[in-house]
Amino acid sequence: MRELIYLTVLLPLAGFLINGIFGSRIKNEKVIGTIGSGVIGISFLIALGAFFETLALPVEQRQLIVTLFTWLDVGGLNVSFAYQVDQLSLVMALIVTGVGFVIHVYSIGYMHGDKGFWRFFAYLNLFIFAMMNLILADNFVLLFLGWEGVGLCSYLLIGFWYDRKFEKSTTSDAAKKAFIVNRIGDFGFLLGMFLIFLTFGSLNFNEVFSKANTFSVSASIYGFITLFLFIGATGKSAQIPLYVWLPDAMAGPTPVSALIHAATMVTAGVYMVARCSVLFASAPQIMTVVAIIGLMTAFFAATIGIVQNDIKKVLAYSTISQLGYMFLAMGVGAFSAGIFHVMTHAFFKALLFLGAGSVIHAMHEEQDIQRYGGLKKYMPQTAITFLIAALAISGIPPLSGFFSKDEILWYSFSNGSFILWLVGVITALMTAFYMFRLYFLTFEGKERFGHDKHPHESPKVMTIPLIILAVLSVIGGFVGIPEVFSGEHGNQFHNWLAPIFKDADRKLMHFGLHSHFEEILLMVISVIGASASILLARYIYLKKPEIASRTASRFKGVYNLLWNKYFIDEIYDAVIVSPTVMISKNVLWKIADNRIIDGTVNGVAKLIEILSATIRKVQTGVAQLYALVMVLGIAAALLWIILSF
Amino acid sequence: MYNNIQEFYNTLPLVIVAVGILISTVIEMYSNKSENFLSWFSILVFLASGFYSLFTLDSRSVVLQNMLATGGYVNIFYFIFTLSAAIVCFLSIDYLKKYDAYFGEYYILMQTSVLGMMLMAGAKDLFMIFLGLEVMSVSFYVLAGINRKRLTATESALKYFLLGAFATGFIVYGIALIYGTAQSTSFEIITTKFSELSGNLLFLTGVLLFLIGFSFKIAAFPFHMWVPDVYQGAPSTVAGLFSTAGKAAAFSAIIVSLFVLFTSGAMKIITPYLSVISVLSMFFGSIVAIAQTNIKRMLAYSSISHAGYLIIGLAASNSEGIAGIIFYLAAYSFMNLGAFGIVSIIEGKEETNLELNSYRGLGTRQPLLAALLSLFMFSLAGIPPFAGFFGKYYIFIAAIEAKLTWLAILGVMSSVISVYFYLRLVVLMYFYDSSDNIEIQKSNAGLLAVFISAILVVLLGVMPDSLLSLIISYL
Repeated sequence: MRELIYLTVLLPLAGFLINGIFGSRIKNEKVIGTIGSGVIGISFLIALGAFFETLALPVEQRQLIVTLFTWLDVGGLNVSFAYQVDQLSLVMALIVTGVGFVIHVYSIGYMHGDKGFWRFFAYLNLFIFAMMNLILADNFVLLFLGWEGVGLCSYLLIGFWYDRKFEKSTTSDAAKKAFIVNRIGDFGFLLGMFLIFLTFGSLNFNEVFSKANTFSVSASIYGFITLFLFIGATGKSAQIPLYVWLPDAMAGPTPVSALIHAATMVTAGVYMVARCSVLFASAPQIMTVVAIIGLMTAFFAATIGIVQNDIKKVLAYSTISQLGYMFLAMGVGAFSAGIFHVMTHAFFKALLFLGAGSVIHAMHEEQDIQRYGGLKKYMPQTAITFLIAALAISGIPPLSGFFSKDEILWYSFSNGSFILWLVGVITALMTAFYMFRLYFLTFEGKERFGHDKHPHESPKVMTIPLIILAVLSVIGGFVGIPEVFSGEHGNQFHNWLAPIFKDADRKLMHFGLHSHFEEILLMVISVIGASASILLARYIYLKKPEIASRTASRFKGVYNLLWNKYFIDEIYDAVIVSPTVMISKNVLWKIADNRIIDGTVNGVAKLIEILSATIRKVQTGVAQLYALVMVLGIAAALLWIILSF
Repeated sequence: MYNNIQEFYNTLPLVIVAVGILISTVIEMYSNKSENFLSWFSILVFLASGFYSLFTLDSRSVVLQNMLATGGYVNIFYFIFTLSAAIVCFLSIDYLKKYDAYFGEYYILMQTSVLGMMLMAGAKDLFMIFLGLEVMSVSFYVLAGINRKRLTATESALKYFLLGAFATGFIVYGIALIYGTAQSTSFEIITTKFSELSGNLLFLTGVLLFLIGFSFKIAAFPFHMWVPDVYQGAPSTVAGLFSTAGKAAAFSAIIVSLFVLFTSGAMKIITPYLSVISVLSMFFGSIVAIAQTNIKRMLAYSSISHAGYLIIGLAASNSEGIAGIIFYLAAYSFMNLGAFGIVSIIEGKEETNLELNSYRGLGTRQPLLAALLSLFMFSLAGIPPFAGFFGKYYIFIAAIEAKLTWLAILGVMSSVISVYFYLRLVVLMYFYDSSDNIEIQKSNAGLLAVFISAILVVLLGVMPDSLLSLIISYL
């Protein structure tokens, strides 16, 4: 199966082509949905087969490169459509195709009756195609192709309902914002790629990373390379300062938010950093930057999440916050812990989004949690699965989130410092609090919606995916039980990925000087804290709702600051967007473009047109003249060779 | 003739076409309803010969008393010729019906011209080049005027013949001078004597005249004057063949006859001549194409400017340049055939719908044809990810490696100018409304031909290295 890995890329492409070209004629939703989900399902089975095949092989044979064809081979640049099957790419491929398949199936129910049904599935398949290129690529160029491809699909899907309003503007504006902010990050990523090519003379992962082990390259070069790459990651994975696009990306249909803006695409930055772990490990100062940016993002996004009232907005900030955790893990050198969190987060966050979608579906597009309440009675399956996901993200044992989050917190303490751990735990407590605020306001308590709404449970095609993801959210963490509990076997997930990160680990040289007692102590503290947060949320939002509004009015300043998301959008608008638009409009457009560039271009064009019309007259149609011109040409050539001899 | 059976197998691509000609002639003589049969028969002949060539790239040998080379890159040329001709045959089926201009000799001449091209590409002797050239050219002269009911076609054929014969005269003159100084017409012998001959003015003049004669065939400035008139007057399908396989054959003749000189760097003496006509062709073609209002004339000038880009590869005189030319010829053949194919489908009876203005609003009336034509225009303009981009890219890279960076820069500038008239067609199709609704006859075979071309253009653009590495390994 490993040799067939290219099919996991080509099948979604085939699905995109079929639905994209014939979709408008097929019309039958069942056929379109089956094709769209089917190709992803088969891809998942292939990835699964490849995974078990790899698992059976000895460690040193686990990497395989499948070359489809050479794309470019000129001037020292060799770029192939080659897919790399190894421990890391397999984990990612399983997440993308597995969670992707479940979300595709869910979409059949969610998008039922939409006039762009076929377009939706075509875009989703195109997204999976691009994403598989990104994670299976064996070189930076192919990775970048996927990187840009997922950005394009994200743009297309955020603006999918292009005729709908979103907040103060339209969904197209949200799509454009996502695209433009991502371009800033992509620019950094490109610079990083150029610098890698200049330094190592190759863009192939294996070559670059093996040269990074042997070449003596100055630390500052590594610093710049990794800084540029990390800027790319902050764009794609919504980190400070480029996170602003993700909350707006919620303008897209909810399955899109689940698939692209929670489970897969936004983790591409984390994957890329993990893939380049050797480079990052060679630049310790940038590792610190990564850790601090990740932690700050986690903390600030969580504070914003506490006060938001839009169900998808809360989840969006939660996603940003959880991505921050993953970067914290990368920054402290706990690469496999970060990837572990990518996986568990894909399960429970996709589940949260799909659950939210189910609620929104039932409540006729109402997204304000203040107008929900008591929905558990009407939609028990959605409520229970949502509760499981909320427990998982809060880090309650033995659900999946507990294992991955506590591993990150532990490494941030043992490889980093007490401060990193403390802020991390505070963020975790806030996470538990706002997730259960969301849960209680939505599913428990009094019904706060009008009589015009008739909430109902979603159809099976939507609830079964919820149940599957709920099961995964519960058991998904068992593959990575920490050494403290599992004893001599160690952490299975960590062992599986260890060969990928061994070079980076060697460079970082972290010694485990901490005792198991410390680890268990920290774990107990965070679990007790999270449980307390949940009970606090229950007390405030279920028993004494007036506390919430009283606190909000007492700390009006802080509340306003959080409610308005620290005014970051407004600041960006005033400092960057407005001046750029001003300069573009008044200087670049009216003077530089209209006068200078257009003037020159039009002038040259005019000149060439006149020249063209003049020369044209020579073409009279008289054959004798043609012969004469030839003779003149020959005479000139002969004269030249005789004279130059 | 043959020393062993293997040599016979090696020459099978030519033999298939030659037998095809004989069978076609016999059928044409005894049947009145040969039209349908002959078109499909010649397609079969071309495809059989072409794919046989492609699968026997390794059969390298020199056969028939050192007259003909087989295998290797020669077979890649065979494949380009035959596939182009097969595409033209597909296009011709409905085109000839539309004009009611089927004459028995049409498909036979198509086959003889391809045989001539193959003799040129495989030649190991100046006589063979000349023989092939004449077989091809005479077929072309007749094909240009095949629609003898039309005055324009006759005029086109006559002009082509007069000027073509004139140019051939110089080739013969060149061959005579080369023979006079080298005492041989065999490439092998000329090559071994080259070091002593390179200081001989008569020999160099011979090479120059030889090149000038072929400059006419490849439509390079200032020997290009026939091109717009002939392309306009000849049937669109035939013009497509002239501009693709015909041009490729002339380049193959230059490459096989001067191969050693080009790749050994000994051609430096001729480089100034090549550079000058290359620059003039590129700019002349691109600039004058802008003023054209007839699409066939526009494509004719585009063909002149493409000859200019191709000559850059000769001027670079290194193996990268030669490989680049072969790649470019393949890419150019398919994209230009696609463009001519669509022109031939849209063309109405009595040479209507050939003005650029008839393409207004085609995007809404004929979305498929418009999309395909846009694809070919993008490729001709050299915009990635289509084949045309990589053709130019490889040739410019070769020029830079040969320290002819200035030539590559001029090439890029000329490409920029050419974008104007290629994209103007796209703009006309998509951003203007049509004033009158022209009727377009359906042509399934023609559409198939255009589709094949489009697929090849995209494939060569997405995975160009597969062909280029093939060419390099068989050079």
